[in-house]
Parts: sequence; C-alpha cells; structure tokens
Amino acid sequence: MSAVQYPAVLDAVEGCPADLIEVLQDIQTECSYLPEDALRAVSEKLSVPLIEVFRAANFFKAFTLVPRGRHLITVCQGTACHVRGASRLLDAVSGLLEVSPGETTGDGAFTLEAVNCLGACALGPVLVMDGRCYAHMTPDKLRRLIARTIKQDEEGSAND
Amino acid sequence: MIKLSTPEEVAQWAERERRERSKFDFTVTMCAGTGCQTAASPAVIEAMRDELNRLGLHNKVKIRTTGCHGFCEQGPLMVIEPGNIFYRTVRPEDVAEIVSSTLSNNEVVERLCYVDPVSGERIATESDIPFYKAQDRTLLRQNRLVDPCRIEDYIAIGGYSALVKVLTSMKPDEVISQIKESGLRGRGGGGYPTGRKWEQCRAAPADEKYVICNADEGDPGAYMDRSVLEGNPHSVLEGMLIGAFAIGARKGYIYVRKEYPLAVEHSKKAIEQAVEVGLLGENVLGSGLSFEVKVARGAGAFVCGESTALMASVEGKVGEPRPKDVHTVEEGLYGKPTNLNNVETWANVPGIINEGAQLFAAKGTAKSKGTKIFALTGMVKNTGLVEVPMGTPLRHIIFDIGGGAANGNAIKAVQTGGPSGGCLPVDKFDLPVDFEALSEAGSMVGSGGMVVMDESTCMVDVARYFLAFLQDESCGKCVPCRIGLDRMLEIVTDITEGRGTMKQLDLLEDVAETVQIASLCALGKTAPNPVLSTLKYFRPEYEAHINEKRCPAGVCRALITYSIDPEKCTGCGACLRACPHDAIDGNKKELHSIDQNTCQKCGICRDECKFDAVLVE
Repeated sequence: MSAVQYPAVLDAVEGCPADLIEVLQDIQTECSYLPEDALRAVSEKLSVPLIEVFRAANFFKAFTLVPRGRHLITVCQGTACHVRGASRLLDAVSGLLEVSPGETTGDGAFTLEAVNCLGACALGPVLVMDGRCYAHMTPDKLRRLIARTIKQDEEGSAND
Repeated sequence: MIKLSTPEEVAQWAERERRERSKFDFTVTMCAGTGCQTAASPAVIEAMRDELNRLGLHNKVKIRTTGCHGFCEQGPLMVIEPGNIFYRTVRPEDVAEIVSSTLSNNEVVERLCYVDPVSGERIATESDIPFYKAQDRTLLRQNRLVDPCRIEDYIAIGGYSALVKVLTSMKPDEVISQIKESGLRGRGGGGYPTGRKWEQCRAAPADEKYVICNADEGDPGAYMDRSVLEGNPHSVLEGMLIGAFAIGARKGYIYVRKEYPLAVEHSKKAIEQAVEVGLLGENVLGSGLSFEVKVARGAGAFVCGESTALMASVEGKVGEPRPKDVHTVEEGLYGKPTNLNNVETWANVPGIINEGAQLFAAKGTAKSKGTKIFALTGMVKNTGLVEVPMGTPLRHIIFDIGGGAANGNAIKAVQTGGPSGGCLPVDKFDLPVDFEALSEAGSMVGSGGMVVMDESTCMVDVARYFLAFLQDESCGKCVPCRIGLDRMLEIVTDITEGRGTMKQLDLLEDVAETVQIASLCALGKTAPNPVLSTLKYFRPEYEAHINEKRCPAGVCRALITYSIDPEKCTGCGACLRACPHDAIDGNKKELHSIDQNTCQKCGICRDECKFDAVLVE
C-alpha cells in the first residue's frame, strides 16, 4: 500500500476505542475500501489491538479490504425486490460484465454488490449505481445503464 | 436562530411560525423521501422554484420539501394546500401548467390526478384517494407538514409542546405511568411494553443512564423507520428527550444504518438545530434537564438490530449479542442501564403525552394499542407506507388499501415480520394485525414489513431465501444458530434443487425446533419462522418439489426448463438480445431456440418476450 492512500480522516482522530466503527466507516467512504496501512494506523491511534480492528473490518458488511471499481453497482436483494425478480438483475450484470457479486471487473471499472435491503421496497426491484438509486429496474434498463456508463467513460478518457 | 431559555418561548415561537405560514396563498408540498427522490422530485422542486421566481410568485407560494408521504408507487408526489390537491408522477415539464392553472386560477390539472384502478375515477384530492382514506395516519401525516431540515416547521405544528408539558407539569413517574397506560408496545418487532421498560430502566440504580433510538432497520422489505426518521426527525428527538427525562438519562444515541444516508443526514441536522435553539444540551429550557444525543452509524450487520449487539457496536466493538440474563435496562451500553426503543416507538411518545394515554389506547385491540405503520410491498397494486390502527384485518390492508393483486395473478400469501416472521395464506387474511394474533398463526407483526406474494412466488424458494439471508447474517457466536441455519439451508436447497426427500422434511422441523429453543438471541430464535410457516401452510409446494421434482410457481431453477413456443415466436430477436448468457440462437424472423446447456434459467427472455412465446415448465 502506498502512502498516498493514508486517509486524511485519521488526522482528526483522537484515541478513543469506541470510535472504531465510525472511523472505519469514514475511511471506507474516503478510500472506497480499508487499506492495510490505514488499519494499522487506526489500531495505533485508537489503542485497539490490530486483530480487533481486522475483526471489525471483516464483521461488518459495509467494509471491504480490497479496492472497489470506479463504478459500484449495488443490487438490492430484499424480499420485496426478490419477489419482483431482483435475481435477474444479477444475471444481467454477471452475463454482461462477467463478475459475480463481490467481484470487480478486470479493468477495474465496475464492482458488483448484492445487498439485503436498500429500504426503497415500494419501488422494487431497485439498485444503486454510483450513489444514485434506480427504481423499477429491469435487466434491459440495467444493460442500457451500463452501456451508457461505459460510453461516458470512453468519451471522458478520450477528452483527457 | 433564536435561543430558547424558558418553556413559554416554545409556544410563542410556534405562534410566530404559524403567522409566517399564513402569509402565503398556497403551499406546495413536494415529497423528497427516498422513493420520490429516485423518481426525480428534486428536479421538480427546482423547476417550481424557478417558475415561481420568474413569475414573481415566490412571496405568495411556499414550497415545502418534505419526507415520505407514503404512496411511493405514484411518486413524485405533490400536494397543494389549500384544496388538498394531489398530483402524482409529476415531472419538471408539468410545473408551468400547475402554476398557471392551480396556483393562478384554482384549476385542477386533470391529467396529473390519481385515477383509481378499481373504479376508473379521477380523484383530485389526497383525502379522497382510497389508499389514504382507509388509513389512520397519526404519525405519517406529520411528514407532509414539515420540512425535516427545518426545526421551525416542527415547532409550527406544535412540536416540542409535549416536552414543555412534561418539563413544566409532570414528574418522571407520571410520564412513565402515562406511557404504561397508553399500552404502547415496542414497534421494532419485540412488542415489549414501552412503559414497563422505562420503569425498569428508571428503577435501575446507576450514576449514568442512556437512551438509544434503534434505527438499524435491517429487515428486508421494511422502511417505516427510515421514512419517519428522514421525514420527521424532531418527533423522534422529542420522544427521546421525554424518555430521558422520565428515565434519568443524560446521553442518547440514534443508531442508524448507513444504507440510509438521508436518515443519517437529517438526524444529524435535527440534533444540531435542537442544540442551537437550546432544546438539547445543558439545562433544557431552564428546567434542569440535560441531555445530549449523538448519531452512530450502523455498518451493515442485521444482528445489530438485537439490543445487546447494537450496544456492542456503539461501543466500537464487533456487533455480537450477549446472553440477556441481565437485561440491558440494568446493564446495557458501557454496562450502564440503557433504554432502547425503535424509531416508531419514540415518535409515538409526544402524541401520547399531548393527547393523553386514553386516546392512544382507544385504538387497537385488547393488548395491541395505537396505530402501526406497515411497509406494503411486493405483488400488490398500491405499494407504500400504510398506517392503520392495530387490529385492522390483513385483508383490509392488502385489498382495500393495497388495491389487491398487481398484475392479474392471484395473491396467495403475505409475508409479515421480515426474516423473523412468516408467510400467511389467503385464508388467514381475516386475522387482525395484533402482536398475539399473528404470533399464534406462526408469523409476527415484527417491525412492519408486509410483502405480498402471488402465484408467481415459490414458497419453498421464499423459505430458502430467508434461510440464506439469516445464515449470512448470523454472527456465528452461538452454535444452534450458526450450525443449525447452515443445515436447514442445506436441506431446503436440496429440495429446491430436486434432491430433497420426504424424510428430510422431518429433520428440517427437528432442527428448526432446536434452533428456536437453543439460540442465544432473537435472530436465531425466530429464524425458523419462515420455514415453519411455509411448511405449515404451503406443504403441498414442498411435496411437489420432492415427489414430482416440480416447482409449481416456475421459480426454482434446477426444476424448470425454458423453451420457445414455435406457434407464437415471431423471430423478433428480443429474447436473443436480452439473454445475458448467450443461450438463445435464431435468425431474424425465424423461430428462435434455447440451448439448454448454456441456459441459466434466469427467465429474462420470458420477461422480454412480447408474444408470450417463452414457456416455462
């Protein structure tokens, strides 16, 4: 891990073990994953044994220990979405991008995540991509959304 | 912002706010709850603001951005007062017409009105829509009256007057006896009498006590707490303040799951504002009460809905429950007496204090009082948040409020109470929503999720779905839950994949019983409910999977085959383009075919086909 990934949020942290989960969430938000260096720093700053820090990082679903892709596709698998065919959305993504839930595409562009409930149950099936929630999703709409995102990325890099 | 130092100033402030409100000719209330935001309500608000500014009407028309109105299926929702005009699926391009017709000439824009799917009638006012009409929206109606980011709005509707009443005229014991008398029971799923919990926590000797609001709404299919906390956070804070006064706590936490970013933001903002005006902090309104509240974000663990696991997580530890031989009201957070209630429970408190315990207790059944919010979702026409008096029959909620089946299929079950609850068949739909009645039937009220299922839902698959969820979410601390759920999932998976035997059903029931009795916390104790209730009411479906290797609903992938009907296929290519697994072949305008070896049986082709040519057997 390079020093660049050392999260700025740690500068303000004061040594209170009760802050562990909150601090880890801030780092996850800032870095989109929990870099090993950061976990070591957290352990020192909060006076929490490293093994406890890792345990928490593994226990809670909000944390990942590997970097995520540039785009995060979170597909809700809650009951309301499930009975309206949410598993088909996973089929659509995995067919298109060749990733299973929890995996990132080889080019680092997309990470696919399945979650248990996003709490927008009346609008199911729902998914969140890059922080935006999409309601009444169908495999077809999802395909077009991904295609549009890939196109925007290509145009973006062409302009750079 | 003003600083309040005496109780009288709250009422004076409310009076000023109400006068301020009456200066406007119209109030346009726009829902910006999570559902309507998804459906682009922020763009509508922006367009409305621009149009009013352009026409110089911004001093005559007030725009209020609010939390969830409940009828999410029809979002974005707009209500215009006076007149109670209700517009649904409003787009930014509709704004100009709304301003020129309704806000300038008092004319209703007919095309934006709700059309009742049953009668075909166009309904212009919110209160006449059957979905709302059949409800008792004691809590939810407040959402439409306040901008959750403005404490002034909450003050204007009489907010914090219950706190004033408590601080000026009641003793802690009187508050507790009011709550006891109201019959309020925990809305998070447990149904424990709230007043009794407060009393026990007050009685526990300690130098420090805590109150916690549980907003870790992890049940899939439930979002009531989200909508209350997002839409009316000050009502929760006021409830907590009253609780803190009654119990003798100086510190509180709102534990919100991080999947609810808007709820986190609105709670934090509400706390900031309450501190700023002096309703939180040292010596609130000069009464001597000191109370501070912090937001703790849940990091995604279903087990943290369990009180002891939640408290461990607030302490910065892994969210594992502990045995409750000593209750959290005696030894909770940091080993101190802690009173934990769920969002909806707290939000009910100010109303009980203001309007009296009897009024609350007048609604409901013998043991379940007041109103309860349900998240009505799944295969039903009107999905959204529904608030009804306890004791309302399921049928009334699903058919009269929900409008019945969504797409022609017959409704066959309702799943209540999330992963801890069960599935009830149609012939149980006359049961009242009551803590005891639903438990006796093998389900539970739970936090209030209500997922309607129809013929296209396989009940064995539903059981497998919940087991997979619970096995994944089990913290693994106790053996019955960790191993028991594993084995149960194995058996049900065998059944859904055609390897099941009738003997395994007995074993399944055996293991379920052990998990129920021997698990450490409520997650494990209630985990077998989805399996046991489906076995009880939908046993023929299990038997069809085992004996005939057939999934009657056409869901379980190992037991079904997709094929294309040569009579109906037009060769349009829609299925071929849609198949994510490249399993469909065929030339344009010729019969297509599915390669059974490649087919993953996801059913996307069947959804895409406009000619009903994809068959499932």
